[in-house]
Amino acid sequence: MPKDSGIGASSKRREDIRFLTGAGNYTDDINVYGQAYVHFLRSDVAHGRIVSIDTDAAAAMPGVVRVFTGADFASVGGLPCGWQVTDRFGQPMQEPAHPVLAQGKVRHVGDPIAAVVAESPEQARDAAEAISVEIEELPAVVDMKAALSADAPKVHDDLTSNLCYDWGFVEENKDAVAAAFEKAAHVTTLELVNQRLVANPMEPRVAVGDYSRATDESTLYTTSQNPHVIRLLMGAFVLGIPEHKLRVVAPDVGGGFGTKIFHYAEEAFCTFAARQLARAVKWTSSRSEAFMSDAHGRDHVTKIELALDADNNFTALRTETYANMGAYLSTFAPSVPTWLHGTLMAGNYKTPLIYVNVKAVFTNTVPVDAYRGAGRPEATYQLERVIDKAARELGVDPIALRRQNFITQFPYATPVAVEYDTGDYHATMDKLEEIADLAGFEVRLAESKARGKLRGLGVNCYIEACGIAPSNLVGQLGARAGLYESATVRVNATGSISVMTGSHSHGQGHETAFPQVVADMLGIDESMIDIVHGDTARTPMGMGTYGSRSLAVGGSAMVKATNKIIAKAKKIAAHLLEASEADIELKDGQFSVAGTDKSVAWGDVTLAAYVPHNYPLEDMEPGLEETAFYDPSNFTYPSGAYACEVEVDPDTGRVTVERFAAADDFGNIVNPMIVSGQVHGGLAQGIGQALLEGAVYDENGQLLTGSYMDYAMPRASDLPFYTVDHSCSTPCTHNPLGVKGCGEAGAIGSPPAVVNAVVDALRRQGHDITHIDMPLSPSRVWAAMQGE
Amino acid sequence: MTEIQMTVNGKAVRGTVEGRTLLVNFLREDLRLTGTHVGCDTSQCGACTVHVNGVSVKACTMLAAEADGADVRTIEGMAAADGTLSNLQQAFQDHHGLQCGFCTPGMVMTAAALLKENPKPTEAEVRHYLEGNICRCTGYHNIVKAILAASGQDVSAIAAE
Repeated sequence: MPKDSGIGASSKRREDIRFLTGAGNYTDDINVYGQAYVHFLRSDVAHGRIVSIDTDAAAAMPGVVRVFTGADFASVGGLPCGWQVTDRFGQPMQEPAHPVLAQGKVRHVGDPIAAVVAESPEQARDAAEAISVEIEELPAVVDMKAALSADAPKVHDDLTSNLCYDWGFVEENKDAVAAAFEKAAHVTTLELVNQRLVANPMEPRVAVGDYSRATDESTLYTTSQNPHVIRLLMGAFVLGIPEHKLRVVAPDVGGGFGTKIFHYAEEAFCTFAARQLARAVKWTSSRSEAFMSDAHGRDHVTKIELALDADNNFTALRTETYANMGAYLSTFAPSVPTWLHGTLMAGNYKTPLIYVNVKAVFTNTVPVDAYRGAGRPEATYQLERVIDKAARELGVDPIALRRQNFITQFPYATPVAVEYDTGDYHATMDKLEEIADLAGFEVRLAESKARGKLRGLGVNCYIEACGIAPSNLVGQLGARAGLYESATVRVNATGSISVMTGSHSHGQGHETAFPQVVADMLGIDESMIDIVHGDTARTPMGMGTYGSRSLAVGGSAMVKATNKIIAKAKKIAAHLLEASEADIELKDGQFSVAGTDKSVAWGDVTLAAYVPHNYPLEDMEPGLEETAFYDPSNFTYPSGAYACEVEVDPDTGRVTVERFAAADDFGNIVNPMIVSGQVHGGLAQGIGQALLEGAVYDENGQLLTGSYMDYAMPRASDLPFYTVDHSCSTPCTHNPLGVKGCGEAGAIGSPPAVVNAVVDALRRQGHDITHIDMPLSPSRVWAAMQGE
Repeated sequence: MTEIQMTVNGKAVRGTVEGRTLLVNFLREDLRLTGTHVGCDTSQCGACTVHVNGVSVKACTMLAAEADGADVRTIEGMAAADGTLSNLQQAFQDHHGLQCGFCTPGMVMTAAALLKENPKPTEAEVRHYLEGNICRCTGYHNIVKAILAASGQDVSAIAAE
């Protein structure tokens, strides 16, 4: 019987009301009285030395308030990197400066050179066209391997090369892994590209910086997934504004997918300019601007090798990856190909020996950083594609080969540092076989064939590490931040509750799901509870939302704080009921003395807390408000099995996804409807990566995919209905809710399913194809069929 | 500068705009109806969809001056005066057809136009009609389901949760 409220209920979302009626409050909807507008002049060459910038004509144009260049930021800090990776020789990564406005050089198309602040956006844009910039163009480096050659142009002149770091993991196991490959009965090798993507949340970035001379306080409204992180990074490392004088507000945010985590130049600019001009300064990105200034995702080139013994057990795995950092280090960029990727290379399997090498490379392209899955899609893609290839080479069923190698004992300490707490991979595979009706594939294959189409089936597993993360652990790995979460539960006198959370919702439905948890714990109606999020002035310090961490870490903080509330409330109830605290039970919003019918309602207790007339003041302070910070002891490990069926048109190479089934284990579920929605969205992005998307640069560093004209976003007609299931559940063992996180799984697990399916379709037709790189566009698939 | 006037959500309005002012900017900045969103600059994403004289139009691709004298409806005009959601809006909430909400006004306006033209569309017709509306959050599954449900068709066979 499905629940209608509390944990496990598919409660309808409250936030929908304002979004459906046009009453959302997105950052571009925010206007501060007297605000000025900024337009950035951006480099249209990928690499060059700035010889001169003449802003006089621009400054004289109508409505212009001031024109800024890099020189205005000489005494301001650069954008910091939040994660320092140590290379395999024990040396710190190369870490170039990242100025707010270009100083000396421009290093990618889109690098901001100057900023015009004017009374209207049109005047700012018009004046920017009057800025005269002389750039001595330099050869650009775009290809990663070329960037590492001895005579490659250096993106940063003060670095020794374009190599950010050469990381090995686990370096001590490298020789043992090599030895295992020497004596392997079979080795499967695969080279693949995880192509550069542009996250493209539908809301472009916006920043409104404001400043009050009266209080010397700065306020930044920004499209961010983590306002406190922005406040800390920008305040402490860029602008030198103490945190108590800096408020960052992330209101309704129209999607993030990782790209709105990072601290961007435009945010620092607007905050700085507002102080300088003593008026608000607003920036709204255009979509074309977003393509050349939002952090991009993925962009790995990998060679993976899998060693098996004569019985088809995986004995060793070795990978070598080139990971593009772009022209500058974005906030979390170094961690994505290393700690968020290397540590997942065991996948769902018992492989005992693993070595991962990653070379992170600077190129004259937009900086690359986390994008939905952040390292885990890259790991899963490599692993699940090489396993598929191995199955074919060995003539073994791809599911059987996986099952044979599944981890079955938990907790399981992988050879790549992480320890999986719990899981049941056979169960999710069983569930997949059922919901995907794999048994019926042959019939569908014949039907497709009768219509002149090829059909293929691709299956894969995934596991991911999310709910990031234990602060101590990530600190040892180079993180310059903690990864705890926070909650203040403020109970009001009349019994209503505000939960101030450090998490941030930009589509995930926290305003609905979080109150479900608290309502469940207290036995009161969900409608009595609201959350407050996204404003550093109103919430305790939190790290924000990404890495599928909101319920696992933010929810856990909320549970911890609510438990403190319950403990205190019971003490109050005990006093009101003249009973001992140990005898007080809380059920359905009533505190009662065990074994009696004496009870007092939630509202009576809350009123007593704030009107403490019948109250143990000698033992306890009035009030009912508690704060908790929760630092997880481990990552969480959702896992699953996915199946994709595609049709391929043999004449055009066009691929359509006919069926997609996802069996996921997310542990306990708070709102099943929201969880399914998260999986749907992730699947669309993964299918989009597999078939449609790709950010392309030419050899001169010109971004060819600079708008929706050239970058193929998945549309409704590109996708089917999905079959998703999360009934398999092995609750997380180390957080109070037993939740694992579900936001990224769909994007992590789906690309290999699609590619496996297309390869299957072509092979069934007799084409001797082992791999096609994403996106599997019609021309690529057609070319593969011609043997090109 | 040009003087324009039009009816927006049943109310007569007037304004002064430059020749180059887009309808979407007139709605958002001059009339402070910020429910209509700008998501791209190549007229593809559909977040700016409104109805002009009963026809769905991308407000980013129309000059405000072109809408002089027109009858315009935006997302703010889709619910009843007392706030009750329209059938279509309610279906979006019932079926979780939105997540971040940014594409939602455009989706609702486009869906309303579809159902006016084609009261009982098939799944394929819905998906095709939405070609001009991009969503990055939902994967479209629940949007299509919501629209089919709003049309009065049985969606119980479509996987929910």
